[in-house]
Amino acid sequence: MNTETDTSTPAVTQHYQLPFNLRSFARRNSAQLGILGVFLTLWLIFIIAAPNTFLSGQIYSAFMTSTPFFAIMAIPLTIVVIAKEIDLSFPSIMAMGMVAFSFMYNGTAFLDNVTIRVFLAIIAALLAGTIIGWINGIIIVKVGIPSLVVTIGTQFFWRGAVLVLVSGANFGLEYIKGTVFYPLLVGKIGGFVPMQMVWLVVITIIGWMILNRHRFGAHIYLTGDNIDSAELMGVNTGRVRIQAFMFVGLVSAFAGVIASFYVAYFWPSLGSGYLLNTLAAVFLGGTSVFGGTGTILGTFLGTFIIGSIDAATVAVGLTGFLTQMIYGFIIVLSVIMHTYLRKRGE
Amino acid sequence: MEEYRLELRNVSKSFGEVQALENINFQLGQNEIVGLLGDNGAGKSTLIKIITGYHQPTSGEIYFNGRKVDNLTVPKARELGVETVFQERALAELQTLWRNIFLGRELCNSWGFLDIQRMRDETHRLMTQSMGFTSHAISPDSKVGKFSGGEKQGVAIVRALFFEAEIIVLDEPTMGLSLKETAKLVNFVKGIKQAGKSAIFIDHNIFHVYNVADRVVVIDRGQVAGEFTTKSISIDELMEKMVHVAETGSLD
Repeated sequence: MNTETDTSTPAVTQHYQLPFNLRSFARRNSAQLGILGVFLTLWLIFIIAAPNTFLSGQIYSAFMTSTPFFAIMAIPLTIVVIAKEIDLSFPSIMAMGMVAFSFMYNGTAFLDNVTIRVFLAIIAALLAGTIIGWINGIIIVKVGIPSLVVTIGTQFFWRGAVLVLVSGANFGLEYIKGTVFYPLLVGKIGGFVPMQMVWLVVITIIGWMILNRHRFGAHIYLTGDNIDSAELMGVNTGRVRIQAFMFVGLVSAFAGVIASFYVAYFWPSLGSGYLLNTLAAVFLGGTSVFGGTGTILGTFLGTFIIGSIDAATVAVGLTGFLTQMIYGFIIVLSVIMHTYLRKRGE
Repeated sequence: MEEYRLELRNVSKSFGEVQALENINFQLGQNEIVGLLGDNGAGKSTLIKIITGYHQPTSGEIYFNGRKVDNLTVPKARELGVETVFQERALAELQTLWRNIFLGRELCNSWGFLDIQRMRDETHRLMTQSMGFTSHAISPDSKVGKFSGGEKQGVAIVRALFFEAEIIVLDEPTMGLSLKETAKLVNFVKGIKQAGKSAIFIDHNIFHVYNVADRVVVIDRGQVAGEFTTKSISIDELMEKMVHVAETGSLD
């Protein structure tokens, strides 16, 4: 773009710095502080109700093991929702990525080196996910069908494609355990921090960087806020939305790889339990379904709230039947809180 | 012969079956303010959106400084020095002031990472020097949705100025402004003339247009119905002609 013309403006010698003001800081970050409050409150409740469980490290290791499988997808999904779109097809993309993985692995038997074959298979999975995301984006942007409708359709289509391509069969992936990718993707650091947690942090940081410090993210916010304004001012709203869907596709395929590596097994139903958890985490984190607002940090906290309720309910000594009610309660309450905070912030 | 800053030759635009513009010939001279008059739906906004690259003409040619430009897009029009204050203001109301000032052309490094500090600094400078925002309630980090109508318009105008425009297009800029704000705006348009730049000024209010424009172009039903230099016509005559055009579709 024409940033060259801007360099001619006189350099500002004195940096503008707002004097720190707690109230305006709180207002500007109300969504993140709100969800942080929910997070800490729940944590405190858990610790008081089940100190033996929540004051030992073991439960945290367990959370860090299971939560990242869906949490990493919540990051790019947040970006899509900020752009006022939605993607419901990511669970199917997880499985389709693994189909591409197994096709590539089986198709490279002549290579005689399992590590190289697994490497190529991972690339194939990531590529497949990105391409499926691109197809979602193209249909949504170029044909102009709402993403809700398109991704309901593609969600069915790709799940069906998985079943057809593997004839509905599940199979083992024992061979990955001999490669470097097994410890790299799902190993444990010091027997405590699972690698998938590290990958979640990496993807969260990347997501935060591109959303808050990159032109792409600026255009995402603008597109979701007011697509007409963005278009008038020369933002290529079609391209940024397609790229956002590609990012979801890429990360979903990656989530499919780590979830399958963790059990060293492929199920054609891979990902099917993650749809609502992941979406709930995004909305819990304060991202608005109306577009234009939302944060990566909020989503990150949201995923761990969602990821901990299950285990916590049982640890606290409540019956497991209650978990869904508690989920619902916390989600609805948090969304009410966010709506209230947004109105006050305006 | 002096080259026109901007010239449209036989530009037509249709949306499906609707013929919005038909064989428009339009010129904007160097350092000239042209007022565009016409009833609702006459095609003023469509014409503007072609000049800014938002719409592509169905047929016809566009020249900048005598040079033909094909496939004009919004970024390309900007490179050619066209800046627009849109009727719809084109703001993102949930976003901060600095993001709105730099909407669509954020300052970034070659990797596309934003230079946020510089954008906030520049916004602060523009606020205090050009926008006259002195209120402590407004900072570069304020959300634009909270601003008054005049403040929002100020943002849209200052944004157009910051990027060294050669041609400034103002589409109904006085809409929703108070009297004081309108007077400020009219002065601002006169300032464009003094700065040696060109402008296209669209307004419902014929007095505002007559006051600042060198030349007035009347558009009716997608066609140029006539044009006058403001020196050669009195405001009363112009008003009569406008009424006549609205009723009959022609000037005579």
